[in-house]
Amino acid sequence: MSGFHKDVTLKEDQPTQLLFSKHQQFLLAYAKNQNSYEYVMSEWLRASGVYWCLTALKLLNCDELKEDDIEEFVMSCYSPETGGFGASPKHDPHILYTLSSVQILALIDRLDVLDRDKVISFVMDLQQPDGSFYGDEWGEVDTRFTFCAFATLSLLGSLNSCNVTTAVGFILRCRNFDGAFGCVPGSESHAGQVFCCVGALSIANKLDKLDCDQLGWWLSERQLPSGGLNGRPEKLPDVCYSWWVLASLKIIGRAHWLDKDKLVKFILASQDDETGGFADRPGDMVDPFHTLFGLAGLSLLGDNQLAKVNPVLCLPQSLVDSLGLKLEVSTVTS
Amino acid sequence: MSDSDETPYSERPDWKDITPIPLPCGDVVQIMYSDRFKDVYSYMAAIMQKKEYSLRAFELTTDAIDLNAANYTVWHYRREILRNMNISLDQEVEFADAVIKDQPKNYQVWHHRRCLIEMTGDPSKELDLTATTLGKDAKNYHAWDHRQWVVSQYNLWEGELEFVEKLLQEDLRNNSAWNHRYFVVTNTTGWDKEVIERELEYTRAYINKAPNNESPWNYATGMIKGNGHSMVDFKSFVEMCEDLYSRQIRSPFGLKVLAEIREEREDYEKAIDIYMVLKETPTVRDRYWDYKVQCIRELMTC
Repeated sequence: MSGFHKDVTLKEDQPTQLLFSKHQQFLLAYAKNQNSYEYVMSEWLRASGVYWCLTALKLLNCDELKEDDIEEFVMSCYSPETGGFGASPKHDPHILYTLSSVQILALIDRLDVLDRDKVISFVMDLQQPDGSFYGDEWGEVDTRFTFCAFATLSLLGSLNSCNVTTAVGFILRCRNFDGAFGCVPGSESHAGQVFCCVGALSIANKLDKLDCDQLGWWLSERQLPSGGLNGRPEKLPDVCYSWWVLASLKIIGRAHWLDKDKLVKFILASQDDETGGFADRPGDMVDPFHTLFGLAGLSLLGDNQLAKVNPVLCLPQSLVDSLGLKLEVSTVTS
Repeated sequence: MSDSDETPYSERPDWKDITPIPLPCGDVVQIMYSDRFKDVYSYMAAIMQKKEYSLRAFELTTDAIDLNAANYTVWHYRREILRNMNISLDQEVEFADAVIKDQPKNYQVWHHRRCLIEMTGDPSKELDLTATTLGKDAKNYHAWDHRQWVVSQYNLWEGELEFVEKLLQEDLRNNSAWNHRYFVVTNTTGWDKEVIERELEYTRAYINKAPNNESPWNYATGMIKGNGHSMVDFKSFVEMCEDLYSRQIRSPFGLKVLAEIREEREDYEKAIDIYMVLKETPTVRDRYWDYKVQCIRELMTC
């Protein structure tokens, strides 16, 4: 469209097909190679790392990870005094890793090992009078934590344990002049935060609070000539936005405003044909985070080799259905 | 950044009383952590289990952070020590400076900084800190977030519009700076019609410099519609859009706005004309233009 955008240029020699079995190998090897530098350094987000790997493998229809080991790991991150989960054993509980842990247990069908009431109380106690949620006792506020709270409570069948009205009020105060959302009132619109806000509103059945045309326009403006999506104006495209942006558009019924073929091409080009896995953009180093969101994006775009993914919780749709969760998704506008 | 004493904790006589807790092993394979990492973190684990709040524990957290500044539990523990002991917060602010300088996108250090300022009640260094960080990366989300918090918490609004202007002079496509401007106006003068006119005039200069730049268009339409007005209420803004069009400037943002202005006037056919112009050059945006045309056609049949 114009030469002024920050963007990347796709190259002829980049992958054009989904490297299905390579990704399985990459994820399984990552989970097992617990001595790599990256693995050690990522201890502080390990619970999320396990969620990314496990969900990605499920989307690849692969069930090779041992569920007992996974359950053991997750429960070793549990803090019985608080009801929350940390990123790794002996790490302080935090709402981010509480969500990841509950998602993991849902994926391996072991939600029944939880003291549900205790976990619910951990989440409830983090809500503030203004409706926002702290991440933990240290008081950081961010709309990401609202999403984590709603998603956790929803998976435990108990959304109304928190004050949904004030929580929604807080989300709406984080809406900016461009129709998109930031992390706290006034902070810059960012696609990751948009996903969290839209996802939370979906869980609360409050999508009617959105101006879906205005937000849909902002989201579709994330697509660059290369086909990739960025997170805010004048930033480079990144495969993870194939999730944050695309899932948001899916929830508000406007995913078809994107050029699907170009987006698919960008995502596929970001694969590493030697190691498997996806990177943030073509040619960069791969990691499980971008692998999950690349695969989830492709699933949302209709790739039939992959299991269908739920756009609100980023879990297999079959799992969401089996839990009986009804998450609001706008019907497609023409 | 950390103490220059690199003697392993396992060899320090003043740590003899502590039994380190070895790091968890993966499977049966040999651990390849660096020796320093193993040493520091095994002592860190032992100290945290013991819940020892002391100067030596504090210095240990410095080493632990040096090795992995994303370890949020170590930062928490460091703050617990600060709460429990009489350690100079001024020095701690300097420590945070150094980590921010080294790792400006690290969540934990920015949160730590905020906690420190809440403890000291002294925001006098924060505008400089964020300005320096933004000087290296003008879109650093953490720096902007911290600046917005400091400015609103301590009422430091004066000079913020000038700060934005400086950044826009350097890069008029800096969306973060446009967002900050909106934030400052919202929290100072608010958005009465006079302010909107002033800001539209300000925005006009930047639109004319780079009509293909998304941010000022969002800023302009956001301030108009977000405050309950229509674009047709602002004559000079409408004239600018018409003028760009007549000069054959085909910015998709400008054209979209012009189409919406025509729609506000109920000039539906003329609005559709604009979308047709946009569709002349196939882009990733085509489905959206089709949708807008369809919406207008539906209005026309009402």
